[in-house]
This record gives sequence, C-alpha cells and structure tokens, in this order.
Amino acid sequence: MSARPSTLAFLLLGSLLAAFAACFTDAVWLRAERGPELVSMRLLAAQLGLSDLALFTEARYTRHPAQADLHSGFQDHPLALEHFPSGSLMVPRYDGLVREATTPD
Amino acid sequence: MTVWFEKQRHLIDFTLASLIRRKGRNLGLLFVYTLLVFVLASVMLYTHALRHEAAVILEGSPEVLLQRLVAGRHDLIPPGYIERIGTVRGVQQIRGRLWGYYYDSVVKANYTFMVPEDGSVAKGTLVVGPALERERGLARDNGISFRAYSGQLFSFTVAAVLPQASELASADLILMNEGDFRAFFAYPAGHYTDVALSVANPKEVRNVANKLANLLPDSRPILREEVQRTYASVFDWREGIMLALLSAAILAFSILAWEKASGLSADEKREIGILKAIGWETGDVIRMKLWEGGLISLTAFLVGFVAAYLHVFRAGSPLFEPVLKGWAVLYPRFDLVPVIDGLQVATLFFFTVFPYMAAVLVPIWRAAVTDPDAVMRA
Repeated sequence: MSARPSTLAFLLLGSLLAAFAACFTDAVWLRAERGPELVSMRLLAAQLGLSDLALFTEARYTRHPAQADLHSGFQDHPLALEHFPSGSLMVPRYDGLVREATTPD
Repeated sequence: MTVWFEKQRHLIDFTLASLIRRKGRNLGLLFVYTLLVFVLASVMLYTHALRHEAAVILEGSPEVLLQRLVAGRHDLIPPGYIERIGTVRGVQQIRGRLWGYYYDSVVKANYTFMVPEDGSVAKGTLVVGPALERERGLARDNGISFRAYSGQLFSFTVAAVLPQASELASADLILMNEGDFRAFFAYPAGHYTDVALSVANPKEVRNVANKLANLLPDSRPILREEVQRTYASVFDWREGIMLALLSAAILAFSILAWEKASGLSADEKREIGILKAIGWETGDVIRMKLWEGGLISLTAFLVGFVAAYLHVFRAGSPLFEPVLKGWAVLYPRFDLVPVIDGLQVATLFFFTVFPYMAAVLVPIWRAAVTDPDAVMRA
C-alpha cells in the first residue's frame, strides 16, 4: 500500500524543519570553530593598529574607507568620475558624524 | 482532536492531488518562490555576518587616529606634532604609524605596506598577507623585488606569511622594517603617515578629539566609534543596493504570485463549484486552499533559507564574490562566522509566507461564498 500524500507532505515538511533547525545548530558549531580566528584577527588589528578591512583593495578610498578624504568628491584628480565598481557598493561618505567639529575636517 | 486531525489530513490529501494535477505550473511557482527566498536570505545572512565580523575585528583598532590634512588631502605628520599631542590631557599612548600604498604592476594589484610598532620585522625581510602569497606565488624564504617610486629596485626576503585565518583584515598587507620603509618610500626622517593614540578614560574620547582638533587645526581625528559606524553603514548600504537591484525580481514575483493566487482559473472555479455542490462547506474550501498556500510557501521558505545558509556559511558565498570583488586583484578569501539574527529571519518569514497566503485566501473566499451553480456556470 502506498503512503497517503499527506504523510509524504508531513515527512517532507518535517525534514525541512529539521534542516532549518540544523542550520542554527550548525551556526553554533561553526561559531565555536571559527571564533578563535575572529579573536586572532582582532588581536592582529590591535597589534598593527589596523583600522579597516581588506575587503576592497582596488582604490585607496575603498581599501581604507574610514580614512578616506572626507570632503574630496573626486579623490584622485579633478573630474575623475567614480570608476571603481566597489565605489558603487560603498557609502559615499560618513553618515552624520556625531562629533561636533569646530574646525573644518 | 483525532477527528479534526483526520479531517485536515484528508484536506491535505485532496489539496496535494489537486496541486499534482497542475504540476508544471505549481512546480514553476515553487521554484521561483524558493529562488527569491534564497537570494533574499543570502543577502541578509551575508550582510549581517559581515557586519558582526567587522564590529569584532575593529574593536581592536586604535581608539583615535589623527591625520594631518593639507588642502583637504591626507599629508605626513611632521616632527614635533606627536610631542604637541602629548600635551593634551587624557591622551595615553601615542604612536606614529607608518604605512602606505604600493601598486605592483606585475600582478596589477595594490598592496598596503605597513611598519609594525613592535619592530618584529628584521631589516631586508617582509611579512606578507595571505592573498599576496596566493597571487604572487610567494612562500617563506622567497626573494621578491619591488621598484620604489624613486625608480630604485629593492630586494627583500619573505620571512613569514600572515595566517590565512586573518585574511579579512590582512589580505594585501606587507609588513616591513621601519628603516626599509623609510628608504623605500623616501620618507623624511621624523615624519609619520598618521598618529594612533589611546585615551585614558573611554568617556573622554570625544572631548580629547575636540581638544586635538582645536590644538592642531590642520588635523582630523578619526574615532574608533566612527570607524565602526562607517563599516556598519557600508554594509547597510550594500544590503540596500542589493535589495534595490532585487526589487525588480521581487516585484516580478509578486505579480506572478498575485496572478496565480488571486486570479482563479476556470478549472479552479469549477472545482470549487463542484465541491460546494457535493456538500463541502465554505470553511472547508477555504481551509483546503489555506493548506495549498501554506504548503507551497512554507516549503519555499524552508528550502530557500537552508540553501542560503549553506551558500553563505558552508560554500563561501560564491555568488556574491564577483560583486564584492570589483576590479580588485587581491580579494580576501574568508569564512564568515555564522551569526543569525532571529528577528531578521522572522521578518523574512513574515514578508514571504504571509502575503502569499493572504493572496490565496481572498479570491477563494469570494468564490466559495457564491452560489455553486453560478460559480460552475461562470
């Protein structure tokens, strides 16, 4: 006798729910496994005084966005329109500096 | 309870049989629905994990960085500057940092040269980042030459390679000795690239930054908090861009789902009419259709989410790599630490599963309350 369609549906949904729950368990496991790497990266950042991630290495204002010129729209030379692809993925500038600068920065 | 459960099972049996009758259409819908959840969940998981990773790594970054600006551009810190910073009350440790960029025309990549404060790199040697090891085929004890901006050729030996685990922070780094750095970039003695300092009382960081800006009007203090906020907004922005690009796909899917769910075909209308004519109640018809919507949307959500998790955290997000890589030759290969935000998952569930179920419900209810004869004749 073949199984009822509802039984198959329950089995499918049950396995999918189990896989969904397994993602969270796996996340805990991976966190424990990769956690020390993150700590070592933080130590390296502290030791070398790193201020940025090496995510985009194509231009200096994408390699070190935290230290890029603040008010220079065209950072390479006048009329240098944004031409690096990652420039379109980055915020154009800081969002609202909390610090009240008394001098131009 | 058993009676209720058995009734629901029969409804599900009937629903599945009806879905299988139109399997091409329903499987297509399920595929597109799953794909949409997969892409949305991938963006969400990736961005959240990266944002968390950046926050943790940058906790170790300097509390305040001080740049000197000339004509709005970053300039070198001249001798005497560091001593003046030392006079500001609250400033604890001050160190001049030496770092710069170098474009390597061999692999057409930009490197970040840096001098570690502890002087751990011996003269004539380099410590290189893992991406550089990969792209230039470098290994420990290999020799490498770089042509300086002055035109002079400098040769170095690779003393070590930074651990692969640190790639997100150090992919393109080249650590070198201070003497080598000054000679290579022709840096004047006593000059630094910028200054990193720490503040005795963390609550005073902002005040100290203001004092520094007043004391040295040509300087620009960058607080760690600002750096962290910059990164948080970089990832928010990127998530926004991705979602904006996806919005066309989301809209297309919404139209498809709405059309499929809300516009009943003549077959479906006749089916409802027959069911009502043979004695099904309006509630039963609605329940059956709710099961249909629920089964499709729940399956799509679960399959899409699990696939997104595997894509981001187990497969290294291969689909996002070309987007993030841009024109960069040196791109870090990194495994993200999975951090899943329950609220985000709940939001994704709410916005993908519920609208579909609602879209299913309204027309069914309208058809189910109509006279069976009228429905069948329509």
